[in-house]
Amino acid sequence: MDLNTTLTGFVALYIFMLAAFTGYEIIARVPAILHTPLMSGSNFVHGIVVVGAMFALLNATSTVEQVIGFVGVLLGAGNAAGGYVVTERMLEMFKPSSKREGGK
Amino acid sequence: MSVQPQFIIDASYLSAAFLFIYGLKRMSSPVTARSGIVVAGVGMLVATLASFLYYFGVSEAAEPHLGTNLVLAVVALSLGTVWAWWSGKRVAMTAMPQMVALYNGMGGGAAAAIAAVEFLRTDAVHETVPLVLAVLGAVIGSISLSGSLIAWAKLDGRINKTWRYSGQQLINGALFVVTLALGAYIVFVAHGHAPVGLVAAFFIAALIFGVLMTMPIGGADMPVVISLYNAFTGLAVGFEGYVLQNPALMIAGMVVGSAGTLLTLLMAKAMNRSVSNVIFSNFGASGDEAQGEIKGSQKPAEASDAAIQMRYANKVIIAPGYGLAVAQAQHKLYEFVKLLVDAGVEVKFAIHPVAGRMPGHMNVLLAEAGVPYDMIFDLEDINDEFKEADVAIVIGANDTVNPAARTNKSSPIYGMPILNVDQAKQVYVVKRGQGKGYSGVENELFFADNTNMVYGDAQKVMVAMIQAVKSLEGGAH
Repeated sequence: MDLNTTLTGFVALYIFMLAAFTGYEIIARVPAILHTPLMSGSNFVHGIVVVGAMFALLNATSTVEQVIGFVGVLLGAGNAAGGYVVTERMLEMFKPSSKREGGK
Repeated sequence: MSVQPQFIIDASYLSAAFLFIYGLKRMSSPVTARSGIVVAGVGMLVATLASFLYYFGVSEAAEPHLGTNLVLAVVALSLGTVWAWWSGKRVAMTAMPQMVALYNGMGGGAAAAIAAVEFLRTDAVHETVPLVLAVLGAVIGSISLSGSLIAWAKLDGRINKTWRYSGQQLINGALFVVTLALGAYIVFVAHGHAPVGLVAAFFIAALIFGVLMTMPIGGADMPVVISLYNAFTGLAVGFEGYVLQNPALMIAGMVVGSAGTLLTLLMAKAMNRSVSNVIFSNFGASGDEAQGEIKGSQKPAEASDAAIQMRYANKVIIAPGYGLAVAQAQHKLYEFVKLLVDAGVEVKFAIHPVAGRMPGHMNVLLAEAGVPYDMIFDLEDINDEFKEADVAIVIGANDTVNPAARTNKSSPIYGMPILNVDQAKQVYVVKRGQGKGYSGVENELFFADNTNMVYGDAQKVMVAMIQAVKSLEGGAH
């Protein structure tokens, strides 16, 4: 591997810690009305796993690795694409009532 | 030689991580939610396209296979995307929860696959910390995969049985220990060079554990379980991100891991249950246990009578449930509501946190029918208003309005917060027949003095109600 960043030890822990706080903060003040779309939205976000599977597949050296890598990319792509479509369809439908806007 | 592609990859991942977090943030308010998913989508697109640049930096051993690998990658990516896009566009709003479960399981499977490739990499020297995280990610990802598949099958009505036997938790526990032991062997004894058979046994054990863990959980608890597996997949992705030294996976995975955990706790709280209670107890299918007989009888009413009473009421609160969506009656309901609003009636929708099949599911279903979200109120915001309401109408809901949750300690839903519809002056319940709710519990609300039952398919009932109000207006002129 030819990486110019190393994310080991404490650096990795910092990343995990800050990311965990970020996730918590985003969800903490969300109205229940958005729980389902947000669950679906976060489901979409971990579809980024497809990128890791791409790395594994492109670096595969044997047939077994190729098969598993193929399955990994397939599943990851499904997660990302499906998560996006479903979330977008749900959120598309949220709109305020136009006639009440004056009252705030 | 590969500094430049790597730089582009790193920069893309940085922007993807930013776009994910910013997108999720926008998704957390109804006003900006729509743009949030688009923002996150751009991040995903950027990261995925950039990942093709790995082509220029593969290990020497992989170079002879590079052509095949690239073709495989393109095929897998297209197949997965096209299938998921097609199925996601096609699925009905009512079936959304199981679709989320399915896509989530796929993500868990992908994380497990990354770990599997890592264990098979015989040329690499494996260090202990990445190996431990790879094993943990593999276990969590596999459980998420097989567990989500079971959750999907249950919600989709493909599996109806809750599968229980004595000593079940003991067997599950033993299997979990075996899984961890195999994982520990891979890390500490084989140092990442375990024989293929053993690696396979490890994954199979984890997958079976996911199945066994999910099978006994009743359908009513599935939302919490799906949310939990969503958090699981996030964690697994984060751990595998460490293994691959990929910051995009680490950040996105951990953000989802913690957000998903919090969401799971919020859902469980809304049902007044702890997460461990959901997983280890037998709620949801225990309804056929001893039930006290309820005195009194259910009093039927005509849809038209109920409609006319609502037309002349000052305040009407609607408590919709999953039955409304099953009957596809949301649109008719909103048409009826618009008639009431035009006649000067104050109408509000009261949404129980677990109405539908997931928290917020009912909001989505109502939004689909065009109901503006400022007419929709959460349980805690509206529960005190029921006693001022002239009419409360329950459509296709049951357990979420059952007063037994407040009073009857022997009831399996005791302690769950409910909508106080029984406090309204008059309650109408629109229901197909005299059956029990999803949890199998008899509902004493239906027998109360101020309750009348409107039997029939929700959509037909709504049509009858619309006609009743319309003919009234017509007759007045």
